[in-house]
Amino acid sequence: MSQAATEIVRISGHAGTVPGDGLNREFRVCKLVDTTTCIGCKACEVACLEWNGYTFSETTFDNSYQTMPETAWNYWNLIKFNEHEREDGTLQLLMRKDQCMHCADPGCLAACPADNAIVQYANGIVDFQQEHCIGCGYCITGCPFNIPKFSPTARKVFKCTLCNDRVSRGLEPACIKACPTGCLHFGTKAEMKELAETRASQLRQHSGFPDAGVYDPPGVGGTHVIYVLHDAKNPELYGGLPKDPHIPWTVQLWKKPLKWIGNLAIIGGVVGVFIHYLRFGPKVVKQDGQESHGGNT
Amino acid sequence: MSRENYLLPNGRVLRYSFHERLVHWLAGVSYVYLLLTGLAFWSPWLFWIAVVLGGATISRELHPWFGVVFAVAVGWMYRMWARQMRHTSADQAWWASVGHYIRNEDEKVPSADRFNPGQKLLFWGFFWNGLLLLLSGLILWFPQQIPWSLRFLRLAAVIVHPVCALLTIALFIIHVYMGTAMEQGAFGSVIRGDVSRAWADQHHHDWYQQVLRDSARK
Repeated sequence: MSQAATEIVRISGHAGTVPGDGLNREFRVCKLVDTTTCIGCKACEVACLEWNGYTFSETTFDNSYQTMPETAWNYWNLIKFNEHEREDGTLQLLMRKDQCMHCADPGCLAACPADNAIVQYANGIVDFQQEHCIGCGYCITGCPFNIPKFSPTARKVFKCTLCNDRVSRGLEPACIKACPTGCLHFGTKAEMKELAETRASQLRQHSGFPDAGVYDPPGVGGTHVIYVLHDAKNPELYGGLPKDPHIPWTVQLWKKPLKWIGNLAIIGGVVGVFIHYLRFGPKVVKQDGQESHGGNT
Repeated sequence: MSRENYLLPNGRVLRYSFHERLVHWLAGVSYVYLLLTGLAFWSPWLFWIAVVLGGATISRELHPWFGVVFAVAVGWMYRMWARQMRHTSADQAWWASVGHYIRNEDEKVPSADRFNPGQKLLFWGFFWNGLLLLLSGLILWFPQQIPWSLRFLRLAAVIVHPVCALLTIALFIIHVYMGTAMEQGAFGSVIRGDVSRAWADQHHHDWYQQVLRDSARK
């Protein structure tokens, strides 16, 4: 697992093949967030700031437990609180730890034009390489989860690294280490998926949550952060988790068919005018005195 | 219209005033920078262009500012030329015989005024695409300022910007080809400003007649 964190399988804005891709056996990591046992203590938020060296940002107060409306370039991990009133009139306080989902099919990486600015490691971690980032912000547009954030001081984009620096040395992410209830787990994707399904079936069978399930959206190829939700049919309730996230269709259109149509059109245009010159040559200006426009003079 | 165009003492015709040439090259130089850096962001295979131009970070910083310069130049052109670029009923006949124009059979093409319908298409193509490029470019300049609830603006911008850019590239290829290789004398007209009488008569007969009438009146 740890070695896989240094093996790159995808590179943004990169011409040619990816060196080292597919050499070792697959060993993908995964973070499991069980929203049903989260108590909203925000220890994961603090651990994230501590490990990554950021100071606590200014908080906003909106009559709820919400620390701030959304993650920031220097605040990568944020619990989203939602006071949800159920149909029977009872209140449910939904809490979801929001951070980068580390998509198997990452929209940020697809949209990024800068060679090497975003990489996907063999273990599934999608990481920004700020030394190669050009600050264009296309990743912000490509992401279906509203995660990459622009730093006005660095003029580059930042997000959760899934503690790649810890994972590559055999440690679990800082947020996992700090969680007091054990609602956060870290392991291989297969292990976490199994654990999540077990928990979801417990919730369905014994805890009165018939719609409990696992959030591992297939639209982005699955994610390396998965959730157990009491109500998997309405992920939007959990601070706007998209129901069926995809790389935005305009980004896909732009990066796939339009690119090929455009490239062929540009090459075709240049070749076309060259062939025109070979076939018809320049417009030669006739000498003075010769009539140019028979019918119109 | 052609008050700025007159017969020069050396027997040539002044076609583009200093003012017009200056604006043309302001647009031309800024467009070429926008094209090169834009192509670098467009395809990984062309990313080296940004490296050659001082690094992609600098290209990303300067591309929008050159866009502002280009927009100002195009706006200025609009003030200068919009009236002369208006489509007229005669344009239809010109387009009907555009095949002759392409095959250099100019004698079969209806005579043109100061700008022929092809040039009008170039102008309006750059004007409208330039406007859309400016609007989508403003969104792409500050994507982080667009709130999540308005993200459709960003999603629209990433498709509008390259589509409009590609359309201007098509116009640009034809414009540069015609201005440098195909139409002899055209490049000089936008550098020194003047053309020969024969050139004026052959390519812009109606305009040339107007210049002659204006000069005679003086």
